Amino acid sequence: MNETSSSRGNTHIGGRERREFLGLLVGATGAVGAVAFTWPIVDSLNPAKDVLSLASIDVNISELQEGQSITVKWRGKPVFIRYRTQLEIKKAEDANWQKFRDPQSDTERVKKAKYIVVIGICTHLGCVPLGQKNITQRGEYGGWFCPCHGSYYDESGRVRKGPAPLNLTVPPYEFLDERTMRIG
Amino acid sequence: MREPCVSAKSNRLQKITTMEKNEQPIRKTFQNSILAWIDERLPIISIMQREYINYPTPRNVNYFWSFGAIATVMLLVMITTGLVLAMQYTSHTAMAFSSVQRIMRDVNYGWLLRTIHMNGASMFFLAVYIHIYRGMYYGSYKKPRELIWILGVMILLLMMATAFTGYVLPWGQMSYWAATVITNLFSAVPLIGEHIVSFLWGGFSVDNPTLNRFFVLHFLLPFVILGVVLLHVAALHVTGSNNPDGVDVKSKRDTLPFHPYITSKDSLAMLVFAIIYAAIVFYAPNFLNHPDNAIPANPLSTPEHIVPEWYFLPFYAVLRAIPNKLLGVLGLFGGVAILFFLPFLDRSKVRSCRYRPIYRWFLWAFVIDVVFLGWLGGRPAEEPYILWARLGTLYYFGFFLLLVPLVSLFERPSPLPASISEPVLKTADRPRVS
Ligand code: HEM
Ligand code: FES
Repeated sequence: MNETSSSRGNTHIGGRERREFLGLLVGATGAVGAVAFTWPIVDSLNPAKDVLSLASIDVNISELQEGQSITVKWRGKPVFIRYRTQLEIKKAEDANWQKFRDPQSDTERVKKAKYIVVIGICTHLGCVPLGQKNITQRGEYGGWFCPCHGSYYDESGRVRKGPAPLNLTVPPYEFLDERTMRIG
Repeated sequence: MREPCVSAKSNRLQKITTMEKNEQPIRKTFQNSILAWIDERLPIISIMQREYINYPTPRNVNYFWSFGAIATVMLLVMITTGLVLAMQYTSHTAMAFSSVQRIMRDVNYGWLLRTIHMNGASMFFLAVYIHIYRGMYYGSYKKPRELIWILGVMILLLMMATAFTGYVLPWGQMSYWAATVITNLFSAVPLIGEHIVSFLWGGFSVDNPTLNRFFVLHFLLPFVILGVVLLHVAALHVTGSNNPDGVDVKSKRDTLPFHPYITSKDSLAMLVFAIIYAAIVFYAPNFLNHPDNAIPANPLSTPEHIVPEWYFLPFYAVLRAIPNKLLGVLGLFGGVAILFFLPFLDRSKVRSCRYRPIYRWFLWAFVIDVVFLGWLGGRPAEEPYILWARLGTLYYFGFFLLLVPLVSLFERPSPLPASISEPVLKTADRPRVS
């Protein structure tokens, strides 16, 4: 008791600074340690390596006829491939796209005009829009209609009405030859 | 001990020793020697006695005051049934659906435990919504009970997270698409939205990592709720209960001991509640269920008409009423979060709506509005429902942000009774029995 109080009484400036410095050092080391401990915990929730390893799939499109659509699964998500009719292509190209919510021309969104390829996930809250199987469900803009909260997409997959903020996403893809398309 | 240079520390020590020597033990000891032995070391029994037997409760509380106790019992029912369900459930996308089917068909009383748990979520929300409305009508959120109210809103948010993660577990179509739509709400966050969503999923869509973490969270959160409930009740026992007149307790005449008066009243309320609950469990176990959830999850096809559970419908209607994605999501969360601010938006000193002739009607209109929004949330997203939902949303937020503050400034409350016991004794018109 006595010893500590006397040494405290004798504290000179250097000693006090040393004390504060030590306190700061301990605090800072602790803070770094806490962050270093927290980050792995948080990051473990991010997609793991097996999930990340981006698989690509090859799709045979030789059977697809004009006016038909197919849905394939890529990275757990549906991808819509539609062989558009001449009329659909013309409507998509002639649309006054500069005025759209997410302005994009049709040519920006396709590699070959006859095929429109989009991820079949509504950009609002992720439902799968209708219109692939049943053409009466395509909605008033002729592309796809999301019934969850009423978003309408056109022949180019561009959002035209409803709460969705963006056009349907075009996934990375290429044509390997006349019959095969590679997605991813 | 009398030396001049005694430090503060030894002074305190000295005080404690003298106290121990001279004073009787402060704690009441119990007849039963085991109880006495425990209580001297950990006064848990005398605390329980003080808070749940003697606890002075306003003598005029009505049955609305039983819903807190009912909600607590519901929490315990959920934890008990959930615990044994979890021992049979498999949180893997390939097996979750069939493991729930197995619970329904093969596990002893699995069908019963699951229907109790499933409908228990609804009954729990029902009790809590009535409990919240009680607080709004009788002004229980006002000074000095603001913190009780805020802890309550935290419980509501935790319950919503628990119910949502639980609903995903059976891995039916509704489970899957509810998980997809709700996690996608976070994609509305500017710039980092997409990253948040893939962080929540642990992948690029709702999938096995998502199901696993939801199961863990669904297991954990009820215990977090239990902790917040303890704080909620501890805060209540600091201020004491509010009452239908909303006036402060002024004397012993205004209160009754918790036991046997309130315990018996709560027990009756609980029995009636349990009978309704049991009637649903046994006679209409799927009444609140969506048939699409009997179809295993299919990531390639969304059911044509997806709806959340009934207790989320009003907020869902708000989401759909707002045509902008980010604002819609803010509206959905804001609809719950605005409850946090109610104690500070309402400037009226009068608590109970019994004495607030104008506010009372706006509050009833608010209840009708919430029910109306709930109904709209279950309709398809098309006209005229969207327009109606917009009007409903306008009233919802207008109520909190305009009507509550303005009415509280301009309303002239009717005269308050002098005390809780005064009107009781007057109307009873008989000599006091107490
Ligand atoms: C706050 C309390 C709770 C609420 C509101 C709640 C809510 C729910 C809901 C809505 C479901 C979906 C029911 C269905 O459609 O089948 C569910 C399922 C489940 N819950 Fe809970 N729950 C709670 C507590 C717990 C606890 C404490 C556990 C475990 C310790 C648990 C374990 C489970 C399991 C394993 C399932 C899946 C089996 C099934 O679908 O019946 N729950 N829960
Ligand atoms: S998810 Fe498609 S409109 Fe909401």
